[in-house]
Amino acid sequence: MATTKRTIEVELSTTGLDAQGRPRRTPLLATEGGQAVALDAPPGIEPDLEGEHMLINIGPQHPATHGVLRLVLELDGETVVRCIPHIGYLHCGFEKIGEYRQYNQIIPWTDREDYLNSPGNNVAFALGAERLFGIEITERCKVLRVIAMELSRIISHLVWLGTTAIDIGAYTPFLWLFQERERVYLLLESWIGARLTTSLTRVGGMGADIPDGWTEGLRHFVTTFPRTIDEVDAMLTRNAIWVGRTIGLSALSPEQAVNYGLSGPMLRAAGVAYDVRKDFPYLDYETYDFDVPVGSTGDVYDRYLVRLEEIRQSVRILEQALERLPDGPVNVDDPRVILPPKHKAMSDMESMIHHFKQVMEGPRPPIGEAYVAVESPKGEKGYYMVSDGTSKPVRWRIRPPSFVNLSAIPMLVEGHLLSDVIAINASIDIVMGEIDR
Amino acid sequence: MGLSPRPESGLVAQQHGDEPWITTRLDLLVNWSRAKSLWPMPFGTACCAIEYMASAASKFDLARFGMERQSFSPRQADVLICAGRVPFKLAPVIRRIWQQMPQPKWSISMGACASTGGMFDNYAVVQGIDSIIPVDVYVPGCPPRPEGLIYGIMMLHEKIMRERSADTALRAEMEPDPRSQLYIPPPVIDEISEPFGNSVHQQRSGL
Amino acid sequence: MSERFQPVVVGRGVPDAAAPVSPKHVPHQGGAMNASVDALRTTFGDAIVRADVVWGETTVIVDPSRVLEVIRFLHDDPAQQYDYLSDVTAVEYRDLERPLEVVWHLRSLPMRRFLRLKALLPKGTPLAVPSVYEIYRGANWLERECFDMFGIEFTGHPDLRRLLMWEGYKEGHPLRKDFPLRGRFSRSEQLRQALAANPEARYSMEELSIADAFADLPADIRHRLAGGEATGE
Repeated sequence: MATTKRTIEVELSTTGLDAQGRPRRTPLLATEGGQAVALDAPPGIEPDLEGEHMLINIGPQHPATHGVLRLVLELDGETVVRCIPHIGYLHCGFEKIGEYRQYNQIIPWTDREDYLNSPGNNVAFALGAERLFGIEITERCKVLRVIAMELSRIISHLVWLGTTAIDIGAYTPFLWLFQERERVYLLLESWIGARLTTSLTRVGGMGADIPDGWTEGLRHFVTTFPRTIDEVDAMLTRNAIWVGRTIGLSALSPEQAVNYGLSGPMLRAAGVAYDVRKDFPYLDYETYDFDVPVGSTGDVYDRYLVRLEEIRQSVRILEQALERLPDGPVNVDDPRVILPPKHKAMSDMESMIHHFKQVMEGPRPPIGEAYVAVESPKGEKGYYMVSDGTSKPVRWRIRPPSFVNLSAIPMLVEGHLLSDVIAINASIDIVMGEIDR
Repeated sequence: MGLSPRPESGLVAQQHGDEPWITTRLDLLVNWSRAKSLWPMPFGTACCAIEYMASAASKFDLARFGMERQSFSPRQADVLICAGRVPFKLAPVIRRIWQQMPQPKWSISMGACASTGGMFDNYAVVQGIDSIIPVDVYVPGCPPRPEGLIYGIMMLHEKIMRERSADTALRAEMEPDPRSQLYIPPPVIDEISEPFGNSVHQQRSGL
Repeated sequence: MSERFQPVVVGRGVPDAAAPVSPKHVPHQGGAMNASVDALRTTFGDAIVRADVVWGETTVIVDPSRVLEVIRFLHDDPAQQYDYLSDVTAVEYRDLERPLEVVWHLRSLPMRRFLRLKALLPKGTPLAVPSVYEIYRGANWLERECFDMFGIEFTGHPDLRRLLMWEGYKEGHPLRKDFPLRGRFSRSEQLRQALAANPEARYSMEELSIADAFADLPADIRHRLAGGEATGE
């Protein structure tokens, strides 16, 4: 008997009413020569299911797709034969709107693209804009930005760990880790006034200096927080279910990972020690003492281990940053980009005009372009900005790490079971806001 | 010493013999049971979904408001919480999910983007999900704090408590125009999504 | 474990080089040029139109017809080893006379180098450059996005479809400068088109052909799918 691949999942629309007035359904099996093939097999003969591939749709609204990703999977039994991802359900035109905003006005948008990592994006954007303006930031600002980036790496990994644990079947880590995340929210809130969308930086400095006593709060956090990570580590790392569902899943070779443009924990789990902080450093990361965790097989378990270790390394960096946090000004002394102090703008005519022109016309960088990449929790995040001498960029390009990481998903899931697709998809650490932009 | 506590309005329990019994309005009983165990369907798209997760997690704990069970299937949900921005590509999805939910159903538009389009006044984003589905409560904020969301949920409780079962219009399904699929006339949509305030000046590139 | 696992180290091609440091006081113009530019000039001659250093990053402008050769050379040559494609994107200037630029950001992990390649596509000519998908698998979605947003055709790309906007999006390519910020159509028309997508036919042609289900569809949906409409995808 000839076996044809047929779908049994595609829901077909009704083609009208039949003689009884009920909606007529198009038969699930194909028509041949205009005649519908009978659905019932002859008695005693099992219907031949060989070669029947099923098309299954996950998303765009599904709790395990971490947002609005849509995956269409072709299944042979339970094995994924082919995976077609669909993205763009959260395309909000960030890059277009960046061409209509001044550099400082873009910073709120950077909060909202990779919303798990807002402070890190703010810092990355400010670094790019400062390269374009030719500004050297102050020492205190550098250390504060390192603190912001590492805090945001921690909270991003916390969400990843919590939601991935839910996907694989453990709910408790989510509750524990969100408690820790709330503590970071408190710290960020007392610093800048917002929990999630921080808009922490400005071109040439920070939105605000840290308040008095803030470093004690952070010190308390970095001393007590690792306990929670140890608890989660003890709960998951040797857990039979966790190990069984992650080890050996979608292993990658280093060459493959590099060729697919993967970055961040995805790439490092495959054994490539590429970390932008080490290899193309910024913010004086070369002077901090930290390790880059590297996996050996690139499977889901390695990605988990790498991220877990990165959280600990971030705590190490935070400790060092706290040690060296210097006194001094946060903002550069550059009237091109920095607003005059409020009390002067309210009392002094020249300062007020300066303030007005800064806000209404915006600072203008010289003609040029800059691509500044940082190590975001998801990988190499780049901001590419092109200036034509006006106060608004000609082009503001986000190089989204999870976009490139996700583009490898057909290669990662094909040949695995349907239930493993959830684990693999979770291990990529996608944020749809960043992917679709 | 003080007065003994007053009975809750509309609900009077009396002891009659050995059998305790209650008199109340049927509406009150039905509304009370509906309001105190709302099953939310989180339609989380963007940043607000993270604050929604924070609300559902250990510190804020939405379970205190009868929302223990997060319903990820629209067919077993009472309230659609749209957390995050909704681009045009997602518009048919949220419409579909709303139509899949059984009556009685309510919806909360969480955050500035879902309510008005927020800071995304551009070619890609729907300027407020109320042009796609009816909305009961708008929660402002970008994103709203968990307290803000909880306040919105309490407002929804209040709204449910005021419903009258005699009012059949409450449960009428939205019927969009079959040709355009819109349930608000197009000129009204154009008018309410005009740029306003500062965003008028931010339509210019360059300078 | 018999053999100890060896991680792949960045900068293994230049073991004697000093440890990288954060860039400081980067000049606007000039500065050290990427060493790969000389190799490109000797190998390709005229195909290398210009090379300059802006804010410490080397930009090489390449003849669009020879981009593929240049990138293949950079990828394969043992002295270059640009094995990592960071980004593919495009730039259109506000001055509409200026050519459109396609930009490749390449990294050489073994040599620890960064290079920006550009190809200029003058207005009025067909906007097409060769695809680098055969060299870097990571270019798949980056090129599709660029096609979606700018309408630049990447010849040789195996699956050049819209990525972020839906198939059958009628307003054009959003990141082009002649595309208004709020789109070409009115809000109600945009919403109508978005909602008119038939949820029953949310599978693309490609997916239906996998499942051999296209022939099973009712004629009207088949017609609409074939016209690229209402796939809603």
